[in-house]
Amino acid sequence: MQATMHTLATLRQQQPRFRGLEAGHRACQGCGEALAARLVTEAAGPDVMIANATGCLEVFTTPYPHSAWRLPWVHAVFGNAAAVAAGIEAALKQQQRATKVLAFAGDGGTFDIGFQALSGMMERGHDVLFVCYDNEAYMNTGVQRSGSTPHAAMTTTSPSGKARMGKRHMKKDILSIISAHHIPYAATASVAYPSDLRKKVRRGLLTEGPSFLQVHVPCPLGWGHSGALTVEIARLAVQSGLFPLLEMERGEVVGTMPIRTPRPVADYLRLQGRFGHLFGEDHRARKELEHLQALANRNIERFALRGSTPERYDTEGADTVHRGGDRWA
Amino acid sequence: MQALEGSQAIARTVALCRPQVVAAYPITPQTHIVEGIASLVAEGQLDCEMVSVESEHSAASVALGAAVAGARAYTASASQGILLMSEVLYTIAGMRVPLVMTCANRAVSAPLNIWNDHQDSMAMRDAGWIQLYCASNQEAIDTTVQAFYLAERCELPVMVCVDGFTLTHTLEPLALPTQAQVDAFLPPYQFAHALNPMNPWSLGTLVGPEHFTEARLAHHQALLDAQAQIIAADQAWAAVSGRHCGGLLEVRGRRDARIGILTLGAVLGTLEDALLAAAPEDQVRLLKLRSYRPFPAQALAQACADLDTLVVLERALSPGAGGIIGPEVQGALADLPTPPRVLNVAAGLGGRDMPLTLYERLLQWARQPGHPPFCLLDAADC
Repeated sequence: MQATMHTLATLRQQQPRFRGLEAGHRACQGCGEALAARLVTEAAGPDVMIANATGCLEVFTTPYPHSAWRLPWVHAVFGNAAAVAAGIEAALKQQQRATKVLAFAGDGGTFDIGFQALSGMMERGHDVLFVCYDNEAYMNTGVQRSGSTPHAAMTTTSPSGKARMGKRHMKKDILSIISAHHIPYAATASVAYPSDLRKKVRRGLLTEGPSFLQVHVPCPLGWGHSGALTVEIARLAVQSGLFPLLEMERGEVVGTMPIRTPRPVADYLRLQGRFGHLFGEDHRARKELEHLQALANRNIERFALRGSTPERYDTEGADTVHRGGDRWA
Repeated sequence: MQALEGSQAIARTVALCRPQVVAAYPITPQTHIVEGIASLVAEGQLDCEMVSVESEHSAASVALGAAVAGARAYTASASQGILLMSEVLYTIAGMRVPLVMTCANRAVSAPLNIWNDHQDSMAMRDAGWIQLYCASNQEAIDTTVQAFYLAERCELPVMVCVDGFTLTHTLEPLALPTQAQVDAFLPPYQFAHALNPMNPWSLGTLVGPEHFTEARLAHHQALLDAQAQIIAADQAWAAVSGRHCGGLLEVRGRRDARIGILTLGAVLGTLEDALLAAAPEDQVRLLKLRSYRPFPAQALAQACADLDTLVVLERALSPGAGGIIGPEVQGALADLPTPPRVLNVAAGLGGRDMPLTLYERLLQWARQPGHPPFCLLDAADC
């Protein structure tokens, strides 16, 4: 038995991974969304169909006559990824086919223009995994603020100046809104924690009915950081408590990734140009920093994120262990 | 023959075409069609996924998704619903997705009005759909069956335009086809570019300036080529059912008359009744425009070659310009050796009644030398 398990694990490790999104696409260096989409499709496997909203992901993967997708993929318009996915699912259901359906959208196609279609799809109970690649602004059109842009972040339509300190409004709490639909499975994930992300994709796909995954994906161009820092910045968002990693079933929190050592939000913000105005000699800047720290503290408290002892799957351990071996055992 | 409401007849005809996914959002006067389909599904008489969506935008999107996943898909809407769908309708056509929609023609707001005219489908003129207008509920039935055939053969979406209330809510004796007739005519759904994990396609990709014109040209050509298919489908259906709908353009009334009236939709019946009651010298040539897109310019020129005057009666308005179809017809006739004078009349807007006396008025204008080239019937100066 031991020998069989070992052989299986070895075999699986030696096999080339299925790649749904190939290299050669036109994403920027260090694009968090491209990395996340590769991880999601890798975990989902080849027997899926994807409905993609308009946005960076659509544009950089399919400049005709090229396509980076090794999966059946369709893009229609900005606001209808969930509805197109629902149509695909209805067709597959009618034909009694087991192929899984994914919907991909950015935060604009999820929080804003695509929200109505998403809400309707969940209410009707379609068996679709909706993945939101959340880079917190309209990046494809040149970094305009969205319903997902965090408070105080600078974008081209929420600039900072004498009268303003970036975005005046709060980031929409999309997971709570989604969970109010009482769907079987909803979760947040981060491109900094690939094993966790893959696990959540597989869970979402195994769940019958609608499931939702919000993946935090830094955008070097829009956030103003080096492409080499994408994963580091995504990790700091989780470790600071600003982007908690949660799992919800039917509206209840059932899992969180504990934070071993909470990092000050300033460590996360300082690396990004969009928060540059918060680090000047300005009493407003101090106030905004305190405000963002309070938001992170509230998340830590609300979801009891503070781990008391080091855990295997906490913010320090989750992305460093169990690559391959333990997963298959 | 059986007495059926137009909407019920359309619903039952759609069911006979064995759709696998129907998606719709309620809007007057389309509701009875979708209710009819829902009840057939509920009674187990139609094996189909009925998706009651949260907006027309999603109705069109669900139909799109279903069609590209390999299912025969159908939706129905009207008025504001058509406009809310509009970006998806352009996308469906541009992606060459075969699906069928019934447009229960209704005026567009504001002012809010739920009654019949053609402003909604006219607004979608350039979306790249085949648009077929029905003059009667029998034509609505027969055109619906043909629409699925055409959509799948031409890889183009088809909009079947049916006058709201005038047809959708009118009870009359109708001949429904049998299941065997429809099955003999309509093969199972086939879409060459359906999504398939074994052979993955990317549909709806980004196309730059170097290919965009070619894509548009291919779409344009497909619609032009659809003219022959529309005629062929009508003939093929006539061979099965014994009924035809007039292909692209049908000439009725007195063939040798020098005055013609061209119109589309249910008002044709009113004009025909008036024509039959008129004295022989007052009988005109009636032209029923069935296919508005593709626009049958050649057939039109042939049918109008020996006319002195052609009245184009339409049920929509392009504010600031005048008629919508009128100028297109004029353009199609411009190359004739002696093109007829074209008078363009917009009437019956927002459900305004079009009585039998309309015929006489149109005839009078056609005979009146100084009549302005465009007028809005029922308005003070007309």
